[in-house]
Amino acid sequence: MNEHTNKQFDAEMEAIRSGVLAMGGLVESQLTRAIAVLEDGDEHDAIDQVGADEKLINRMQIDLDQLCSQIIAKRQPTAIDLRFVLMITKIVNELERVGDEIKKIAYKAVQIRGADRLSRVRHYDVARTAARARDMLQMALDTFARLDAGSAAEVIDRDEEIDAAFLAIMRQLISYMMEDPRTITAALEIIFIAKSIERIGDHAKNIAEAVVQVVKGIDVRHATADQIRAEVAEE
Amino acid sequence: MGIPMEKAINFDAVAERPEVEAGIVAVAMPPKMSCRNVDFFYGKFQALKNIALDIAERRVTAFIGPSGCGKSTLLRTLNRMYSLYPGQRATGEILFNGQNILEPGVDLNMLRAKVGMVFQKPTPFPMSIYDNIAFGVGLYESLSRRDMDERVEWALTKAAMWTEAKDKLKQSGMALSGGQQQRLCIARAVAVKPEVLLLDEPTSALDPISTAKIEELITELKQDYTIAIVTHNMQQAARVSDYTGYMYLGVLVEFDATDTIFIKPGKKETEDYITGRFG
Repeated sequence: MNEHTNKQFDAEMEAIRSGVLAMGGLVESQLTRAIAVLEDGDEHDAIDQVGADEKLINRMQIDLDQLCSQIIAKRQPTAIDLRFVLMITKIVNELERVGDEIKKIAYKAVQIRGADRLSRVRHYDVARTAARARDMLQMALDTFARLDAGSAAEVIDRDEEIDAAFLAIMRQLISYMMEDPRTITAALEIIFIAKSIERIGDHAKNIAEAVVQVVKGIDVRHATADQIRAEVAEE
Repeated sequence: MGIPMEKAINFDAVAERPEVEAGIVAVAMPPKMSCRNVDFFYGKFQALKNIALDIAERRVTAFIGPSGCGKSTLLRTLNRMYSLYPGQRATGEILFNGQNILEPGVDLNMLRAKVGMVFQKPTPFPMSIYDNIAFGVGLYESLSRRDMDERVEWALTKAAMWTEAKDKLKQSGMALSGGQQQRLCIARAVAVKPEVLLLDEPTSALDPISTAKIEELITELKQDYTIAIVTHNMQQAARVSDYTGYMYLGVLVEFDATDTIFIKPGKKETEDYITGRFG
């Protein structure tokens, strides 16, 4: 894409772009911390850090939205610029909600650890699925950084994997609960965690779809990965 | 204001793009004027190259593009304003009510009564507000005093000027503000009951409030008239028009529904221009 005749406009667009990347980076590292809490020992520092990250993420959401409003008011962006600014406000929302989910995961993980030994259930699958969600989020942000509509379909494929993993975890937990009612409390907590992970996958998918919209100008929400592949290839 | 129905229908037509390959986008309303293979020359310099487009009836068609791209020239061919100047000529076909107006033997006075024009700078005649309007009407029709009074009131009402002007019809048109002068010129163009109005940068010399009034007026007038507007203000084209053509170096680069041009133009050149990446 060529530069704008007005260089200040370019600088403002770059500011929101790098702002989203910074916000995305923060969300990724927040998720890494939450996974650490899930996997092992009582990391009190980690849980505090997850909460602090969440506050910072909220702040970034407000700042980036404000920058977008300013660009719309001052520059009246059109075509790809308009789509880009609209997409940024959307991605910022998605990231903020990912931040909320991560906080929930970390707090629930601490609660599980507090439960007594007999009622514990194994949850390695959950930590593994969370790591996959983090990879997927990374891919979605990469798709955004490179404005690469071609790789958006790959992100959406990953979402299907995460959805399948969520269902498998559910089935496993249900059988635990039926066998031993003492596990119900812990199993429910894990279901909440798994649900949050599944939501992170959905948010990452939305980010990838927004990238397709900005690059290709087509709305691919609610389309399947194969449909998106076809649309992207067509243009 | 919602999306007009025919615009929604047109969107499907444009999506299928049956005629895009021919360089002509189908307009949903019947075309009031149709240009085919239009070339224009200032002496040896070719200012328009093979223009083909339809101007939809009772819709606003805008032309945008950098200075010197030929958009005003195109507007001037639509009522043969250029014929006033030696050495300027147009070839090709512009159909208006079934007649090619570029052919010799066309009654230019009649044509200009049917295809009126308003210019960048307000050009009131140095006479009263009333006479500014009555003068043009008198050239084409002989009306009784009473009918003429009615016509003047009608034209000023159409141009959203009546309430401001009704008590000072005898005052000079030159004494009005710039925005009022421009609306007087629009009233003057409307008074002879044209079918098409050509607006060449009608608001570039006006303040934002007068501009907003003229834009509002354009939306009102399109219920009865076919309008073609040339503007340097891209947002104005986006606000008032139904169809937009982007021109560059005498070529019609892209012509499509305004929503398409400003949200997802088909050509990179158009996108570069409307997003401010030009040159």
